[in-house]
Amino acid sequence: MSASVLFDAPGPRTVRRHRLYTVAVSLVVLAVIGWIGLRLYQEGQFAYEMWEVFITPRYVEAILVDGVLVVLQMAAAAVVLSVVFGLVFGIAKLAESPFVRLPATAVVEFFRAVPVLLLMILVFFSYGITRGDSGAYWSVVVALMLYNGSVLAEVFRAGIQAVPKGQSEAGLAIGLRRPQVTNMILLPQAVKIMLPAIISQCVVALKDTSLGYAVAAPGLVLLMTRIGQQFNNQLPTYIVTALIYVLLCSVLAVIATLVQRRVFGGRGGPSPFTGTDAETGLDNASRAA
Amino acid sequence: MQIVLDNLDLVARAFGYTLLFFVIAGVISLLLGTALAAMRVGPVAVLRGVGTAYVLVVRNTPLLVVLLFFRYAGPRVGLTFSFVDLQVGSFRINNIFAALVVGLSLYTAAFVCEALRSGINAVPLGQAEAARAVGLPFGGVMREVILPQAIRASVPPMASVQIALLKNTTVCGAIGVVEAFARMRGFTNNDPTQRYGIFVVFAAIFVVLVFAVSFLANRLERRWRVA
Repeated sequence: MSASVLFDAPGPRTVRRHRLYTVAVSLVVLAVIGWIGLRLYQEGQFAYEMWEVFITPRYVEAILVDGVLVVLQMAAAAVVLSVVFGLVFGIAKLAESPFVRLPATAVVEFFRAVPVLLLMILVFFSYGITRGDSGAYWSVVVALMLYNGSVLAEVFRAGIQAVPKGQSEAGLAIGLRRPQVTNMILLPQAVKIMLPAIISQCVVALKDTSLGYAVAAPGLVLLMTRIGQQFNNQLPTYIVTALIYVLLCSVLAVIATLVQRRVFGGRGGPSPFTGTDAETGLDNASRAA
Repeated sequence: MQIVLDNLDLVARAFGYTLLFFVIAGVISLLLGTALAAMRVGPVAVLRGVGTAYVLVVRNTPLLVVLLFFRYAGPRVGLTFSFVDLQVGSFRINNIFAALVVGLSLYTAAFVCEALRSGINAVPLGQAEAARAVGLPFGGVMREVILPQAIRASVPPMASVQIALLKNTTVCGAIGVVEAFARMRGFTNNDPTQRYGIFVVFAAIFVVLVFAVSFLANRLERRWRVA
């Protein structure tokens, strides 16, 4: 349901009223922006020295190479590993045998409920602490893999279950074994349905790479914090950090939209199978983590 | 695990802070998020734009950056929250706590808004059309017809947003309040040989808390279900 069904096309009086609201709201927004701008100006936050570091080639290169690139690598490694983890456990959750299904369910539920930071500290003190920067780096990747992998396991399970029952029944009827039905019939269809959700999970992983700050892993936030301390310009530093993350995540979101349009042939609907979206709850809200 | 058993009072205090963060930021984020959702579905284009921009920016910024902003960048421009200084029992609610609560609330509000919006989207189209057909204005359509159904439909996504908030309170531990995560890190740092026991205890408490929230959400969903 789009927002426009909630109200009628406005009549002349309502148009006037809305124009009034628009002017009032615009004034309030402008006043707030102006006030913030004035405060920042009074505190000298617009001074050239505050922002100089972000146009100094040496620092820009450091931010791009030691910050953005490292974060992207970290996120990519975490996503690839979590897709593998998610596939294994998502399929295990659907296994016939309770000896496979129950442990897999327990693992997935556990890692979904435990905060990533706790996992990160455990991995760091078990593995990373003696291995310097790369130890911290892999602690972050492994913790993100466990968490995002568990979320993806749930996504894959829901996706496989969303494929109509007739598909697996037909597969079994022509003599395929269960693993064959899963690999050849269910997964190709499920992955198609799940692609947008997988990409949303990439956004979560990308954002969560910032948590590496807690174990002093290399990355954008740690680098920016040092820059902020060195130049005493925390405000511009964190604004730039946030903008970089917003930009990276928005690019991913655009890719998600393109993939969705391509996969679903421009119909924009969530799925060729009715009810998939409501059952799996894979709307935007499920990006909450 | 011994180090945890010897310091149960510290563990209790740490989870006390976690729950304080969760409850205060949860309530504020619900209020703010509802206002945002109202802006995003309303008829005034400027409000829609403001709401959309807010959600776009805040949802795509890592929570850690939001919190660092309020903790370290805010004070540079006089945003210190120094007027907050309470002592509630053995919990100290100071300016750092307030800054982190503000960051958590603003961040979670964007997700609350999206959860509510997904609930509104779940209400069948005919409901809004029928409400308009009987002559209700926008406020009436929302209040009498859409929101009662939308709020029911948004209980599950809202629960996952609030569970995410509960887990996100650990990020506060990384920058200055000794809540559950910071306490767990402290214990592990003091005695790395007990790291698995420490992790199991803290993780188990989080699992229990998360299940408690999702149990309440399930109860609420069943209780509110119509027919």
